[in-house]
Amino acid sequence: MDKQKCYHCGDECGSGAIVYDEKHFCCNGCKTVYEIFSENDLSYYYDLQSGTGSTPTAIEGKYDFLENDTIIDRLTEFNDGSLQIVNLYIPLIHCSSCIWVLENMNKLNPFITQSQVDFPKKTVRITYNSKGISLKQLVVLLTKIGYEPYISLDDFDNKKKSADRSLIYKLGVAGFAFGNVMFLSFPEYFDLSTSEASGGEYWLNQYEDVFRWLMFAFSLPVVFYAGADYFISAYKGLRSKILNIDVPISLGILVLFLRSTLEIIFDWGSGFFDSLTGLVFFLLLGKFFQQKTYSFLSFERDYKSYFPIAVTKIFENGKEESTQVHEIKQGDRLLIRNEELIPVDGILLKGKAKIDYSFVTGESVPVEREYGDKVFAGGRQLNGPIEMEALKSVSQSYLTQLWSNSVFKTDKSTRFQTLTDSIGKRFTIGVLSIAFLATAFWLYYDPSKAINVFTAVLIIACPCAIALASPFTLGNMLRIFGQKKFYLRDTTTIEQLAQVDTAIFDKTGTITTTQKSTATYEGMPLTPKEESLLKNTLRASNHPLSRALYDLLEEQNIVTLDDYEEHLGKGVEGSKDNEHIKIGSSNFVGNHQAGDSANTAVHIASNDHYKGKYVFHNQYREGVSDLFKNMSETFQLAILSGDNEGEKANLEKLLPKLTPLFFNQKPEDKLEFIKSLQNQHKKVLMVGDGLNDAGALAQAEVGIAVSENINVFSPACDGIMDASKLKQLYNYIMASKKAMRIIKLSFMLSLLYNVIGLYFAVTGQLEPVIAAILMPLSSISVVGFTTIMTNLVGRKLN
Amino acid sequence: MSVIYILLAISITVAIIFFVAFIISVKNGQYDDSYTPSVRILFEDELVKKKKNSKKTKIDTSIEINN
Repeated sequence: MDKQKCYHCGDECGSGAIVYDEKHFCCNGCKTVYEIFSENDLSYYYDLQSGTGSTPTAIEGKYDFLENDTIIDRLTEFNDGSLQIVNLYIPLIHCSSCIWVLENMNKLNPFITQSQVDFPKKTVRITYNSKGISLKQLVVLLTKIGYEPYISLDDFDNKKKSADRSLIYKLGVAGFAFGNVMFLSFPEYFDLSTSEASGGEYWLNQYEDVFRWLMFAFSLPVVFYAGADYFISAYKGLRSKILNIDVPISLGILVLFLRSTLEIIFDWGSGFFDSLTGLVFFLLLGKFFQQKTYSFLSFERDYKSYFPIAVTKIFENGKEESTQVHEIKQGDRLLIRNEELIPVDGILLKGKAKIDYSFVTGESVPVEREYGDKVFAGGRQLNGPIEMEALKSVSQSYLTQLWSNSVFKTDKSTRFQTLTDSIGKRFTIGVLSIAFLATAFWLYYDPSKAINVFTAVLIIACPCAIALASPFTLGNMLRIFGQKKFYLRDTTTIEQLAQVDTAIFDKTGTITTTQKSTATYEGMPLTPKEESLLKNTLRASNHPLSRALYDLLEEQNIVTLDDYEEHLGKGVEGSKDNEHIKIGSSNFVGNHQAGDSANTAVHIASNDHYKGKYVFHNQYREGVSDLFKNMSETFQLAILSGDNEGEKANLEKLLPKLTPLFFNQKPEDKLEFIKSLQNQHKKVLMVGDGLNDAGALAQAEVGIAVSENINVFSPACDGIMDASKLKQLYNYIMASKKAMRIIKLSFMLSLLYNVIGLYFAVTGQLEPVIAAILMPLSSISVVGFTTIMTNLVGRKLN
Repeated sequence: MSVIYILLAISITVAIIFFVAFIISVKNGQYDDSYTPSVRILFEDELVKKKKNSKKTKIDTSIEINN
């Protein structure tokens, strides 16, 4: 065996290696990419990282729609007729070589003036002269070198997504003001500006007002710009009668600002501007930390990012033209090429369809359709070109209608009250009652101090540390999960995950693999001659089942067949030296016995005698059985499958006893099932993979999409999980629970600080210095505590 | 006039200059992608090698290094 690795893509070359330029390549595609690179002085690509490229795919006709002017206009960022700028999403960007070669695109074509990669987003922004290279040519060029851009209906709808940078601005403003106010407070801290009589430095005394008013000036943008979100959120909360954590925060900010301003106006003291700006700065820092998301993943995808922008429409005079998917009307005749997606429901007019609905229904085996049959949107044609007539428009099709369900219109995060908010409520009530009690007390004893004490309580009790505990714990947890290839949408997802008590799994693609399958042989044993013929006949066929079976069979010597014939939709036959073999469907090989199981099978007949069949089974992911065993102890489990009952017996062996199994579930059924569980006050975790699970994923408290390649596609969800990590799911949920415990501990810690501070406040001896020390100290110790604890939890995860 | 006014004016001016520089850099999108530039800076133009075609001899390679 030749163990040579392909110079371009790093895969093993196998027997069909191509040697070119003293280097081995696994296929012609890889060789071509190498040729392009080496001819254009770009072979440094291979020095950066070896075996990194990807094999280009065949594309004939696929990008014809990019010649359409309206489509070009919608896709490009800038277009003045000659100069065009386009931002393309290329999921295959994965290493420094990719950045290097894509940023040197101008060496491949002189009309490309500039290209810039955004690695975290996996996009490349290309500026080019459309007089020399059209968008279509550009995309074809990218595809040729193995970097096929992913262009979908999604790009079409929202062309420009301007990044939200307001938080960075706010953080900048708060940090800037915080630093300067601290610096301006130094005279006060070291008591330099008190009068000579009380032992201070006399000369700064006369400039006291300058320093104080400067601090006031710096605090203005902090309160009214950087802190504005807290006021807005508190106001919104109060209006809907919720006391969220932002209420005591805004109360604290407001009281700090008003009291400080009054103090400097009437020359009572120096004010608390340092604490005020520091508080806002730390709070925003927490927000910034929490905001970290995975920019290369999208959690909001709907069918639009799966559907193509355009399909080929056939006019009555036979002319073919690509048309935007949105413009397809009832009655249009469409051409669907091999490997293309059916965009609308319709009727098959020409050709034999073999449609892979795995994404829509979860059914793993492609279905065959003939003239006059109905085909549904979302299926992928696998068997040569077909022609169909549209029966509906895109948005009214069976699959896309799912998105008109109200689940997709409500924002999930608003339905959920976070731990911080529920604590914030009790906290606000507690603080306000302490403040009023203390004020009442002082009104009785020493009315001059009453207002002082009231404000001091509100200032010191401002729950800065409480507000920081959750973002830092969950933000860090999010990062740890991300390193383990478990990507969550935001930090509230972790909170929700910790509360889950019911877990629902999809079958196909979720707990089974899509790539590997196993087959068992049932029937009369095959002779070695037959086995050899079988393998060699399968070798010539490109049918998915043939490929799968070919990979499963033992190695045989390669022989050339005397005769080979492929019957579309039926099977293949081949012969060699008077031996003749038929492989395919039950009818095709002449097996008339009924009682076929629901499982997919490939039947074999040798010399017109029926021999037996290979029955395919789903291959379950590694560790699934253990995962279910662990989970069944604490969670209620169920399986929802769009598939038929063929795998029922196998599944029952794998799963803990009495796990409910539901088959033939339509996308709506899954959604309704979850809804009914929620009506019983269950907190549901849905684990799925395809568009057919999209409704259930959206309805569930937490929807996690399992994906073998996280860059390719996953439906709208709260989290994306690498398929190899599915077995760790239980540990991840437990880690989320631990994270919540850490937050609760941090709350205790910060309450301790609040009690100390409240002592000073209630007794009326709160000095600005004490506030300035206590606030950052409590915040920093809480942040330190949560960071260390979450890292300890994260270290135990695999 | 005391020197303190001048000192304060200078210090705040310097701070504001940096602050404005920060705002401009955010506006230009410098904070949008914080990873790629760190990779990009390591690429050097002279590392783009000349052709390594099969027909070329090894002498070519030695010239490349001098480029």
